[in-house]
Amino acid sequence: MTDISPTSADAPKPKAHGSLLEATPLMKRRNAAEKRFHAYGIAAIVVALLTLTVMLFTIIRDGHSAFYQATMTFPVTIDAAVVDKTGSGDVAEMSKVTTIGYARILGESLVKYLADEGLVVEGMTDKEITDMISKDAPARLRDRVLADPSLVGQTVTVDAFTGGRVDGYFKGRVTREIAERDSNVTVTQLDMADLMEEAGVLRSKFNWSFITAPDASDLRPEAAGLGVALLGTLYMMLLTFIFTLPIGVAASIYLEEFAPKNRLTDLIEVNISNLAAVPSIVYGILGLAIFINFAGLPSSAPLVGALVLTLMTLPTIIIATRAAIRAVPPSIRDAALGVGASKMQTVVHHVLPLAAPGILTGTILGLASAAGETGPLLLIGMVAFVTNYPASPLDGGFLDPASALPVQVYSWASRSDPAFIERSSGAIIVLLIFLFFMNALAIVLRRRFERRW
Amino acid sequence: MSVGILTLIVLALAVVGFFVGRSRAMSSVGGDARKLHSLPGYYGQTVSLFTAVPAFALMALWLFVQPMVIDARIVGQLGPQIAEDATASKLAMEDVSRIASGLDALQAARGMTNEEMRDMRADFSDIRGRLAEVGVALGSEVNPQIFEMAKDYRIMQARGAMMMSVLVLAAAAAGFVVALRRIHGEFRARNVSETFVRWLLIASAGVAILTTIGIVMSLMSETIRFFGMYPIADFFLGFTWNPQFRGGSDLGLIPLLWGTLYISFVSMVVAVPIGIFAAIYTAEYAPPKVRAVVKPVIELIAGIPTVVFGLFALVTVGPFLRDYIAMPLGLGNSGSSVMTAGLVIGVLNIPFISSLTDDIINAVPQSMRDGSYGLGATKSETIRKVVLPAALPGIVGAILLAASRAIGETMIVTMGAGAAAKLGLNPFEAMTTITVKIVSQLTGDIAFDAPETLVAFALGMTLFVITLCLNIFALWIVRKYREQYE
Amino acid sequence: MNDMRIVERDVDITENKITARGVQVYYGTNHALKDVDVDILDKTVTAFIGPSGCGKSTFLRCLNRMNDTVASARVEGKILLEGEDIYDPKVDPVQLRAKVGMVFQKPNPFPKSIYDNVAYGPKIHGLTRNKAELDEIVEKSLRRAAIWNEVKDRLDASGTGLSGGQQQRLCIARAVATNPEVLLMDEPCSALDPIATAQVEELIDELRAEYSVVIVTHSMQQAARVSQKTAFFHLGHLVEYGETGQIFTNPQDPRTESYITGRIG
Ligand SMILES: Nc1ncnc2c1ncn2[C@@H]1O[C@H](COP(=O)(O)OP(=O)(O)OP(=O)(O)O)[C@@H](O)[C@H]1O
Ligand SMILES: [Mg+2]
Repeated sequence: MTDISPTSADAPKPKAHGSLLEATPLMKRRNAAEKRFHAYGIAAIVVALLTLTVMLFTIIRDGHSAFYQATMTFPVTIDAAVVDKTGSGDVAEMSKVTTIGYARILGESLVKYLADEGLVVEGMTDKEITDMISKDAPARLRDRVLADPSLVGQTVTVDAFTGGRVDGYFKGRVTREIAERDSNVTVTQLDMADLMEEAGVLRSKFNWSFITAPDASDLRPEAAGLGVALLGTLYMMLLTFIFTLPIGVAASIYLEEFAPKNRLTDLIEVNISNLAAVPSIVYGILGLAIFINFAGLPSSAPLVGALVLTLMTLPTIIIATRAAIRAVPPSIRDAALGVGASKMQTVVHHVLPLAAPGILTGTILGLASAAGETGPLLLIGMVAFVTNYPASPLDGGFLDPASALPVQVYSWASRSDPAFIERSSGAIIVLLIFLFFMNALAIVLRRRFERRW
Repeated sequence: MSVGILTLIVLALAVVGFFVGRSRAMSSVGGDARKLHSLPGYYGQTVSLFTAVPAFALMALWLFVQPMVIDARIVGQLGPQIAEDATASKLAMEDVSRIASGLDALQAARGMTNEEMRDMRADFSDIRGRLAEVGVALGSEVNPQIFEMAKDYRIMQARGAMMMSVLVLAAAAAGFVVALRRIHGEFRARNVSETFVRWLLIASAGVAILTTIGIVMSLMSETIRFFGMYPIADFFLGFTWNPQFRGGSDLGLIPLLWGTLYISFVSMVVAVPIGIFAAIYTAEYAPPKVRAVVKPVIELIAGIPTVVFGLFALVTVGPFLRDYIAMPLGLGNSGSSVMTAGLVIGVLNIPFISSLTDDIINAVPQSMRDGSYGLGATKSETIRKVVLPAALPGIVGAILLAASRAIGETMIVTMGAGAAAKLGLNPFEAMTTITVKIVSQLTGDIAFDAPETLVAFALGMTLFVITLCLNIFALWIVRKYREQYE
Repeated sequence: MNDMRIVERDVDITENKITARGVQVYYGTNHALKDVDVDILDKTVTAFIGPSGCGKSTFLRCLNRMNDTVASARVEGKILLEGEDIYDPKVDPVQLRAKVGMVFQKPNPFPKSIYDNVAYGPKIHGLTRNKAELDEIVEKSLRRAAIWNEVKDRLDASGTGLSGGQQQRLCIARAVATNPEVLLMDEPCSALDPIATAQVEELIDELRAEYSVVIVTHSMQQAARVSQKTAFFHLGHLVEYGETGQIFTNPQDPRTESYITGRIG
């Protein structure tokens, strides 16, 4: 290195650098540092992508089975003596029979059917067989009979879920060792389940009710579904869209096109960028205090959820919308103003149509992030256990209790039965598909509009 | 008349108003649009706006105020003792509204007339049984006083709804007529409707300010109430967090603050280097094609809801850390831990930091890089010694914003950090955060007059102030930085 | 022309610093530089002149491979620095740029202190062993760039806080500090006032004692004042290359003549 440094101001012409074709030792070190630095960059990318992959992989691994459910198919004779004691065929009378009666019918039919088919496990009691049927099946049978009283006295084919543990056995969650320790399932039942599967009585079927059915209690993971949560999320998204689009566009137009440069405008601007960074849980507190406690709106209602999400996403949407409006070249405004259009006409006729794709995209992306929001919804009671679908919007459904997809993910994840982890992951899959479609919609809309202008 | 139908009627009226207003303007000048001051559409627009906007504003106000008025009246009927006791009156109100909604269902199911409903008496008919039939389960027999109040409640609600419908329709009609009568050829419809719209725009922009006021007010009022019940010093300086159902709770902030900061610190240790290096790679090294794929995929992480990360922490990361690191090293056997939550929040923040940093790096002028290359610097030397220092303020801003997000993050800590308030250094131990406690104190059965509930507002206030300071500082830095290169 | 060839051939043997043969540059499909042959002498100032967009900067950037940083650029042909092909795969462009320094049209000081701006090159190339040596190089370079007196009291101030002319001289000092053998200057005076321009021109003249300097300029007077050799580029072609005096007084090519007399460009 000594030969490199110039020694004094009047040094001879610096021939110091040597040949270009061979790297100096320093150059080798510098190039090694260069390679290392590059490698750090790649490593960072790999770590990020790997984590994403692992996360999606575990969720799909855990969750895909939620869409399949072990289902037994067997004939059931609907005993008139049980379900219609008076023999009147009157639905009002029949509805006095609770699910307990139907459970007995189902149990007896299954025991008899298995015996007839010759599916026998040594030492298995009738109760053990009956217990294999999901606690949910009687309710479904009851609904079916009440909907069609002519079924009374007939023999119908019933698809009934097995209990969650037997289902877990087929999904690999429950093993015989576990079953020995678990009071909710016996090894004998698993033996029987194997037999039934061989005989084709028990099969794994696509489980529509996971998507359509309402939530179910801790003891019936097999029956728990996303129906109410999906409806709740849908209602909230609809309302949030209706609230945010006009307010967001109006506020952005004002700030971009009309607002005078003064203290108030500055205050609003600073306000908006700060609101965009306020933790979402604070909006939950706001919703609880103002909408529920002060204004007396019902908790768990999609309307309240939508109001909270609106306030939460408005700042983001306003920021995106303003960017879209700003992207419209000033020459277009000048052109319109130049032919005598008013400021408002300029904005409505020229600026807004040109900014529309950007605005829509921003709004939908804002909604997509709102759709996954959980924390604030917990505070306004959307985590409550809701088993009734909210009514249609025209019948005040926006005020009925409902759940939301991400909240359902959380509430299932916090239950103790591992079967609910499967449900929770399954719910995430549905949620991600939902978000995927929202994002795809944003992209498609943008493309559409972009071509036109 | 339901709100939905009322809305539709007003909207329909507004649409009709548009056409009537336009045609009236046209006929006033004998069909020659050139004689009008404004384009015909503006006359229609004016009528529409005058019809719909006041009516909807009135409706929103009414819907907001009516429940408060009715509740106050019902509570007034309970007699002074109960009315003054917040819990008791709240419970009574819940009973009243539940019975009332049961009665609604009953009337719908049985097709009863209003007279029949009015004659129903709690002490004669089996109200509880009847309500159970329509799916409204009551805990005890119905108290006749409460039952009468429920009937009153229904009547008041019905009257309120009736009055609202009448007033809203009247407002719409009045707006319609007033606007229509002002229309003539000289009427400056464009100016009037534009001024009207302008006020609507200003009101929309004002929502941002209202939101902030709402946040501050709702946090403040309950926080002040909390400090009326619980000493302020014990909250801010207390080392124990131990809420009790029966009072006598210790509600010290410090363990929660510690957990929050510790977890945020771990998350930043993960997110900052990975985020910055990822940004350096995408902005400086990646060939365009790789960049076009990698950047959106990393940003995909930002679009995944936090509850998904929470489940990942709960099901995958927590057990992994417990089984392969904490237990072998004897550092504890808890799946939820500072490490679990910190790592996962870190991953969540990677795209946040990397995309902001990427933007900031791209804003550094190319001439700066050329200068460095021209002197014979390698790429990494240029990045480390020229680009990053030039981008530093912006990157610091991004990091502060990410820190504020980590501090305010709720779902991942709720599912991955644990619930035990502890002051410890072992990162494999469960600790808890401010946000976790806000959620746990404000979900389930809550009583708004107990310090155990109200403390959540004080926690919220603390969180709000901390994050606000960080955000203001960060946004200020970022803004300063932008100005530098504009 | 003929005399010139002879002179050139002489130089070829003795003092040729850079030899370019058949250089072609493409930006994507845009053929920006067409078949350029040129010999740049040591201890000489060479001026590149020509109308805007004719490829002067492009050729300059070929000489220290700055075009490598432009993704779409493709360079063909041979460029030799003291007989070594600088586009040889074995050549590290970083090492090349230490020998062939560059000053840009727009002053681009780093957002660091004045001292750090100048010390940057010596530091990365490991030219010094201790702080004293570094201080010495910094001072010497700032003196050579004729800016020492203006900044010696505020070496810790940010380089971006200087005036445009001061910034440009700072950038020159920064380039000189690396101790290059060739100094490329792309319109170094376009952002400067006449006084600063005069200072830079004086500096260029001094630098000639040790370096080979290549300067792109739009000012014919400047080319005439500072350079010994001049190359005229037009539409990607090197039209004429020779002694500065000859190019300006007795151009051989009609295009050169019309450019110099102000008819094209
Ligand atoms: N980075 C680039 N990408 C694509 N084309 C380029 C790029 N840089 C230069 N060109 C093109 O190459 C040609 C020569 O450009 P160059 O910058 O060398 O001109 P110049 O002689 O330096 O002009 P000026 O006197 O205006 O600086 C031009 O046609 C220009 O458009
Ligand atoms: Mg140029």
